[in-house]
Amino acid sequence: MTVHAPITPAAGCSEPVVQRQRGQHAVFCGLTGIIWMHRKIQDAFFLVVGSRTCAHLIQSAAGVMIFAEPRFATAIIEERDLAGIADAHEELDRVVDQLLSRRPDIKLLFLVGSCPSEVIKLDLGRAAQRLDKRFNPGCRVLSYSGSGIETTFTQGEDAALAAMVPGLPASGTSDASLLIVGALADVVEDQFRRLFGEMGIRNVAFFPPRHSTDMPSIGPGTLMLLAQPFLAETARLLETRGAVRLAAPFPLGVEGTTGWLAAAAAAFGVQRGTFDAVTSGPRERAGKALARYEPELGGKSVFFFPDSQLEAPLARFLAREVGMRIVEVGMPYLHRQHLAPDMALLPPGTLITEGADVDLQMDRCRAARPDLVVCGLGLANPLEAEGLNTKWSIELVFTPIQGYEQAGDLAELFARPFNRKARLKVGARPSRTAFTRSEAESCN
Amino acid sequence: MQLTVWTYEGPPHVGAIRIATAMKDVHYVLHAPQGDTYADLLFTMIERRDKRTPVTYTTFQARDLGGDTADIFQRACLDAHERFKPAAILVGASCTAELLQDNPAGLAAALNLPVPVIPLELPSYQKKENWGASETFYRLTRALLADRAQGFVRAERAAGKRPSCNLLGPTALGFRHRDDITEISRLLARLGVDVNVVAPFDASVADIARIPDADFNICLYPEIADVTVRWLERAFRQPTIRTVPIGVGATTDFIHEVVKVAELDPAVAETVIGSRLPWYSRSVDSTYLTGKRVFIFGDATHVIAAARIATEEMGFTVVGVGTYTREFAREVRALAETLGVEALISDDYLEVEARISELQPELVLGTQMERHIAKRLRVACAVISAPVHVQDFPARYSPQMGFEGANVIFDSWIHPLMMGLEEHLIGMFRGDFEFSDNATPSHLGSGHGSHTAARTVAEPMAAEIPARPAAAAASPGAMPPPTTGTSIIWATDAELELKKIPFFVRGKARRNTERFAILQGVDLITVDTLYDAKAHFGR
Ligand code: SF4
Repeated sequence: MTVHAPITPAAGCSEPVVQRQRGQHAVFCGLTGIIWMHRKIQDAFFLVVGSRTCAHLIQSAAGVMIFAEPRFATAIIEERDLAGIADAHEELDRVVDQLLSRRPDIKLLFLVGSCPSEVIKLDLGRAAQRLDKRFNPGCRVLSYSGSGIETTFTQGEDAALAAMVPGLPASGTSDASLLIVGALADVVEDQFRRLFGEMGIRNVAFFPPRHSTDMPSIGPGTLMLLAQPFLAETARLLETRGAVRLAAPFPLGVEGTTGWLAAAAAAFGVQRGTFDAVTSGPRERAGKALARYEPELGGKSVFFFPDSQLEAPLARFLAREVGMRIVEVGMPYLHRQHLAPDMALLPPGTLITEGADVDLQMDRCRAARPDLVVCGLGLANPLEAEGLNTKWSIELVFTPIQGYEQAGDLAELFARPFNRKARLKVGARPSRTAFTRSEAESCN
Repeated sequence: MQLTVWTYEGPPHVGAIRIATAMKDVHYVLHAPQGDTYADLLFTMIERRDKRTPVTYTTFQARDLGGDTADIFQRACLDAHERFKPAAILVGASCTAELLQDNPAGLAAALNLPVPVIPLELPSYQKKENWGASETFYRLTRALLADRAQGFVRAERAAGKRPSCNLLGPTALGFRHRDDITEISRLLARLGVDVNVVAPFDASVADIARIPDADFNICLYPEIADVTVRWLERAFRQPTIRTVPIGVGATTDFIHEVVKVAELDPAVAETVIGSRLPWYSRSVDSTYLTGKRVFIFGDATHVIAAARIATEEMGFTVVGVGTYTREFAREVRALAETLGVEALISDDYLEVEARISELQPELVLGTQMERHIAKRLRVACAVISAPVHVQDFPARYSPQMGFEGANVIFDSWIHPLMMGLEEHLIGMFRGDFEFSDNATPSHLGSGHGSHTAARTVAEPMAAEIPARPAAAAASPGAMPPPTTGTSIIWATDAELELKKIPFFVRGKARRNTERFAILQGVDLITVDTLYDAKAHFGR
């Protein structure tokens, strides 16, 4: 499976060069989004209707962190469920009954489709309607698909948010309001809300909300800023509800954050002077925080394997704010419209690979021997063992990295592998005994 | 459909990946969607393997369905063969591809690859990880040895030639398999027995072909190797040593068995037997271990071994045993009967949690799952079995098997417990503000075990659990579950008195007292009721 189109130079020579690939992916499926979504919306529960594999994926990706009872579970499809769809619906009802009687605090239940549920054509949309009739009010029931045949990693969040859009209340007014779309860490939300407030933009809502009872209302006055680059379907549906998307780079780093805030400021008619007064302090602070990392990261080369869709804005940040050299930006898929502002800021000729063939990408990565590889968990240790520095991409999704106050933290995530390398005076290569039998301990 | 919060085992194809990854030159072509590639991280992150998992996932997408998924599979086989040049290829489907019915076996066979191609049929909707590993090891061994099995005649061992054996069962992602192999190989060497092949761990396809050269097999991990050794017994007349050498008693039995099967001088056994555990258990400080109530849960092999160590080698009282390994449920039920307890055969995490909170043990010997349950219920816990966590791959040499394994077990089990006099001091001076409820064993340091963090959740959790349907179902015939929801009231002074009881037995004291109150028809629990109950139930 090594079908790949020849490199197709895009319009102008200063624009990124995009090549497409098809082959083996090494990216999680959309179910993974549940790991952060179930903490974000505090009264929501995610019930995956899938196989043991699906249950194992979420638990493994979450690192078996049972710090509190999770608000997710899997209804594992068994042999007998495959026999008849009617019975499968009955079984699902039984499982939902069992779940909701255990967790009466749940106000929003997502039935999450998986590859098996889709292949057997178990209509979860219908099931959600049926169950919603029974449990609403009290608990709303929605459905979306996080299956690996339809969604990749972060697309699961898109699908979950999209499922909520039709139920959002209509705002009765055409007064301008700002909607921030995409899950952010609570602390980041609070910072943004403060900054908008200081600019005089007070009508601000975040989607998804922290509680399902705080759904934002949508109408022709809604101006939306995407906080994440993987929300194609959500944005499309919000647009059909009348919301208008503000084009902006994503709020990573000083430049991205400023561009993102400025898009809102412009739309709300905030005066230049006010904008500068509000943002200059945090900007300066972030600049200082970043300056520390420039000597460590400047001039170093970085290679992105496709993973979270954050690759393009991250590459833009690393190239322009800490002076890294971009070797290749792998992305599972390319949403040209949403990413246009970030792509325009990428260094001319940056190579973007859309789609994946992990083996070919490994070949290119080895040949380029970049100073840093951003990749998934399955590849990181093997690449480290080959002497390459790596940064796990999943950490970038689980860490607050957006906004001015996190710009330094973001750079630090990329600097840490270098920092570690500089400190360690042992074992440039792992000893085989790390996981294999040690000769010293062998038979004597 | 089964409502599942956490699972003890992955799907069966993860078991197959454990076999492929354990081996040196086997590649697995798995017809599966992209999300299934998460399995790689189990090996690269949890076990810290430094090579990519030898698996090609076809990662077909929705748009491929009904079209060319079969073609995608064949191309993946060809590419994998060309790129990785494996000595054998496993082919199969994960849960989703199983539904497509593309027939990986037929598709792969049609390619006429110049290496053995072994099709795996692992029913994802019925079976689980260990079964998948066992089946894969069996299919692989059988396929690679089919020719040799034809008309095989076992030759007598030449006089003067050292006896030899195979160590079968250790896999990638196994609980301490790496160090167990070393420990048992060393023990066998001292007995004068050669290890012919270790498989599948670090074995090549050529090694598998040499399995029949050994005089006998050692089935180290029955969950993985039992089916294979049974076939080897029949096909190559190789006897099997089945005692799993975990603990002093079992290791000693194992040695005697090896001596017998290998026809060694029985005197040699005495030269290798020795562990620190027996003396450590007999030293006076260990009287604080005597009669400690333990609950044991894990895979069948480790549970059975742990129960013997707990009772015969540590002097604990086993209050409950269980396993998630349904394939060995019979063995665990038999064990439970000898212990006079009820066996819990379940892979439902909530059911296990309910059982633990009901039994109120002082020590839980379990898996990473039970470690979390124990943390919440604030009970000491040591991990004895898979499913594994990154912590179960320690940097130090840390076997479970053999005499060094017994030493390791002694240390790791008593480590989370309160040391003798310390426990008494806390009992005597409950009111000392620095002991308080957050007192952990002093050797664990204040940051250990996050008792502080767990504290706020612990009591409500424990109280809430019996209300769950799982708990009620789990204890048929038991006393009517009291605690919350009953009309019994605690007098303030009784409540205060209860607080003076160390936290790790307080839950039990509370429940016993309430049970006693129900039996006596008492509505208000006073200090007297508390002590009456204590006298009634004993410790
Ligand atoms: S890829 Fe499909 S089958 Fe695999 S874990 Fe994701 S949803 Fe489940």
